[in-house]
Amino acid sequence: MLKKVPNGEIRVLSATGVLGSGFLESSFRNGLERDPHFIASDAGSTDPGPAPLGSGKPSFPASAIKRDLRLMLLGAQRAGIPLIIGSCGTAGGEPHLQFVYKILREIAAEEGLSFPAALIHAEQDKAYLKAKLRDGKIRALHPAPEFDENTIERSERIVGMMGAEPILAAIEAGAQVVLAGRSSDTAIFAGLPTRYGFPEGLSWHAAKILECGAAAATFRKNPDCIMASISHDSFVIEPLDPELRCTPQSIAAHSLYENTDPYLIVESSGTIDLRGAQYEAVDDRSVRVRGSSFRHADTYTVKLEGAELVGYQSLVLGSVRDPFIIRQIDDWLRRLDDKVRGRIKELYGHSLSDNAITLNVHVYGKNGTMGDLEPVKDATPHEICLLFLVTAPTQEIATAIASITRHQALHLPIPEWSGLITGIACPFSPAYLDRGPVYRFNVNHVVEVDDPLEMFDIEHVQVN
Amino acid sequence: MTKLADLASLIRSKNAGPFSLTIDIMFDNPDTYRKVKESGKISARAVADIYGLSENNVQFFFVDNALAVKASIPRPVTQGDLGDADSHGGQQYAPLMEIDI
Repeated sequence: MLKKVPNGEIRVLSATGVLGSGFLESSFRNGLERDPHFIASDAGSTDPGPAPLGSGKPSFPASAIKRDLRLMLLGAQRAGIPLIIGSCGTAGGEPHLQFVYKILREIAAEEGLSFPAALIHAEQDKAYLKAKLRDGKIRALHPAPEFDENTIERSERIVGMMGAEPILAAIEAGAQVVLAGRSSDTAIFAGLPTRYGFPEGLSWHAAKILECGAAAATFRKNPDCIMASISHDSFVIEPLDPELRCTPQSIAAHSLYENTDPYLIVESSGTIDLRGAQYEAVDDRSVRVRGSSFRHADTYTVKLEGAELVGYQSLVLGSVRDPFIIRQIDDWLRRLDDKVRGRIKELYGHSLSDNAITLNVHVYGKNGTMGDLEPVKDATPHEICLLFLVTAPTQEIATAIASITRHQALHLPIPEWSGLITGIACPFSPAYLDRGPVYRFNVNHVVEVDDPLEMFDIEHVQVN
Repeated sequence: MTKLADLASLIRSKNAGPFSLTIDIMFDNPDTYRKVKESGKISARAVADIYGLSENNVQFFFVDNALAVKASIPRPVTQGDLGDADSHGGQQYAPLMEIDI
């Protein structure tokens, strides 16, 4: 456990909001000077969409992760305190965890460091999930897609989002560095404070602010470090760049960010309740928080995240300036869809079912950004941009149909003109661009478990 | 009449996970916040009307200690799925800027 036992307060250094997004070395040094009990950083998110989870590739480059991780590791090792990295490699699945572990080993070799570490695996076994489903132990959150055994089978990868317990277990067993697969962002910060008897409400609330790095400051210039000092009646949040400020309003407002509910935040073991939280300025750049509480859940749950392959994609980008075409664009797109479908039938016959191909068109200038949510229905733009997205069972077919779409769109007749027209402007040659495999999130469910550790294998290793 | 965009210090939208979208409307002084809150012009109903949703699909909050108004709605298309044009949900707030207070 912690060599330096917290006495009266526990100080937590959050190095940055996402491993690989960067932080100022000067801020990190300021953090180390405040004698933290441990350092942690989140490394993942669903923010980049389903591709990292589906493809196994992280959304930050190895060079950026290595730069951040080196500073964190050196700081933690010199101070003799644990370093916890949550949601390794963006999605926290097995390839993502191994990606960060490889970087950790490279840094250790380059710096001549040797230490006990733990990898906590979060990618889930399909047979285990099917058994849980059959036992009625998987339930939907809202809103959720259909989830059955076929969904599990179709998934490229499903991860469980660990709570604080597996991370604590790894540290209790002696790990100085914990690389965790998919984890609750807050759990990587809240485990040790609660383990040392600091109030759960304060610990979890502080964790919620810490997990985004300096995002809770009034004007964050760039991703950076932040520090929380948690005591028995309150916690104090302080940004570590002397030019950054936290105010009672900026800290209160941070609980809004990326949460549907600003007061209640659900975790594996319970719910953070901020309805009683009070915020007061300590000085002009740090804030004291009191009154946050934590309600334990009756049943411990682990949230699932899954991604499945949708198909392969090819796109065509084109624009229209002719007001005749713009004013009939909806009908023009329906006619284009018919033409393209007709060509698909001619080329592939019955070997491709009608719903095997999807043609999505985003109409920029009309409702390209908001789609069905767009309240402006009668825009009369002087030009529009069309993004044609063809999704097919193979890249070869997607590319072929994208080429056909270009040609059909280019010369689609309109009643206002007689004779052959060229109705879209294409900026590229070839006009299509292959996107490769595309994925979708296919789970928004939780698993009820008896033991917080049962879905997460902890592997202890000596890095040297 | 004043537009909400002229009164708020920040209006933003973002995913709250891949299946939900959340909107924050923030103010930098308590008087402006109170004026907007008491105007009755921003409500679950108003948000539902703007986005063409039914009111029971809108979670709506006044967050007094943050001087903020918050609304959350289900995403019409799951983040990153076919047809989704705003993977981060970051550009879905713009119509709210026009609300007359």
